[in-house]
Amino acid sequence: MSAILAVCEHRDGTLRKVSHEVVTGAHRLGDVEAVLCAAGPVAGADQLGRFGAHTVVTLTNAGFARYAPEGYAQAIAERAKAGSYRAIVFAASATGRDLAPRVAAKLGVGLAGDVTDVAAEGGVILATRPVYAGKALLRVKVTAQPAVLSLRPNVFTPVERPKAGAAETVAVTVPAGRVTVREIKAAEAGALDVAEATIVISGGRGLKEPANFKVVEELARAFGGRAAVGASRAVVDAGWRSHADQVGQTGKTVSPTLYIAVGISGAIQHLAGMRTSKVIVAINKDKDAPIFKVADYGVVGDLFEVVPRLTEEIKKLHG
Amino acid sequence: MKIAVCVKRVPDTETRVRPAADGRTLDEAGVKFILNPYDEFAVEEALQRKEKAGAGEVVVICLGPAAAQETIRTALAMGVDRGILLQTDRIPADGFETAKALAAELKDGGWDLILFGKMAIDDYNHQVGPMVAELLGLPCVTAVAHLELDGGHGVAEREIEGGIEVVEFPLPAVLTADKGLNEPRYPALKGIMAAKKKPLDVRPVQLGAGSIEVLAMTPPPTRKEGKIVGEGPGAVPELVRLLREEAKVL
Repeated sequence: MSAILAVCEHRDGTLRKVSHEVVTGAHRLGDVEAVLCAAGPVAGADQLGRFGAHTVVTLTNAGFARYAPEGYAQAIAERAKAGSYRAIVFAASATGRDLAPRVAAKLGVGLAGDVTDVAAEGGVILATRPVYAGKALLRVKVTAQPAVLSLRPNVFTPVERPKAGAAETVAVTVPAGRVTVREIKAAEAGALDVAEATIVISGGRGLKEPANFKVVEELARAFGGRAAVGASRAVVDAGWRSHADQVGQTGKTVSPTLYIAVGISGAIQHLAGMRTSKVIVAINKDKDAPIFKVADYGVVGDLFEVVPRLTEEIKKLHG
Repeated sequence: MKIAVCVKRVPDTETRVRPAADGRTLDEAGVKFILNPYDEFAVEEALQRKEKAGAGEVVVICLGPAAAQETIRTALAMGVDRGILLQTDRIPADGFETAKALAAELKDGGWDLILFGKMAIDDYNHQVGPMVAELLGLPCVTAVAHLELDGGHGVAEREIEGGIEVVEFPLPAVLTADKGLNEPRYPALKGIMAAKKKPLDVRPVQLGAGSIEVLAMTPPPTRKEGKIVGEGPGAVPELVRLLREEAKVL
């Protein structure tokens, strides 16, 4: 079996759940060695064995408490060079999208980013990457040794495959980075990122004005902390919502278990960003809106009547 | 300030994507091409920084086919001083090859800032900017949504899951721009006229094949036909039943 390096993440010393996905995806390619850059022990790193990591290596440095782009890149690249890994696998998260290209460049190889499927067939690594925001899929062959890949979040459902998960800690020396993360401003408590939430409820122009987003937010709250609020480009461009919430070709591509589009007509660039959701529900007053073409379930009607009713029903389920 | 902005020519966001006859590339028939939307934020930022400094030069560099001259003219019309087209008929799927060609052009250019969009909306690579920074040995911050520069020191904000990372860095640096950084200007008629006379160098480049080979481009799996559950709030109980019992997502 080839050795695969799965680059995991933590935030403030606690393992990020996307790491389970990285180990799960990496496991398809071979024997997984999970690696973390941290200042000390990472809470939850011991879970990685459950998802198929035979070893969990923590590369420690006093400067690694937060993401340190240059130090992390050097430490991971040196680890990669020291072993004979067939592939280095990252999450296509905010950190992974920053880190993976740096590591690939240090190794002098390309990066297959944001992949949604990956397999090793006869020694060759094959990956699928959505392009044009998911309007097409590219099937690619990665010939580099090692192959460097990043996995789109929320696609590789974690699978439990217990392995030893033997912990190893290696102190590393890297020069002080020029780029430093001074602080992390937390979003409002409990706010989930649309790219990582299992349920996304997005609002569009049908909400008529920014204050009306509260009907969407109330529905999200009814799901008890599992749902994030998204937005269409029209309402982001109008300044109603932050760009961080935008779903679509110039925003985020999301693949939640449940996507509810509220008052969104379904422009092609929006559909591109959410069509890989497992189940899509559309609520719109226009029965001819293109969103109904991709929705599994549609309700035609006034969202100001339909959404509060749905919120009530969801509360009943969770009550 | 001397600022380079690396831009890409991409299909418009409303494009209906069809694979070409080779089954591996985009069928460009009838496709409208635009300046990559994230690159517009980079161009705007460069122009504002130069205006604020009161002196300097903004240069756009584009790797692409001959038709990308039009993309460069769009940036020139916004106010960029001059353009360079690194002309190639084929942009490889391996972003590292693009990064090497751009880095070779940028090397020893004496740039205070090198800007990119955080990604191109066609290949979704999110990688050429930070790769160029590695090749040039420059500090790099990606997906910058807010930027403050003070002399040789910068503070950038970038969105991460559930928060904002505040990042400090020295100049010169490579930055990639996210939406929210600024509001890109529309080229005025005067700018469009002036752009026709601005210098645009065309230089052929040879790119390596790289290590990522495209085997096929396919349409995404079609979603099975959905159903309209009903009209108005009365349809909600049935919707919830279907989500629980049929789709099993609640």
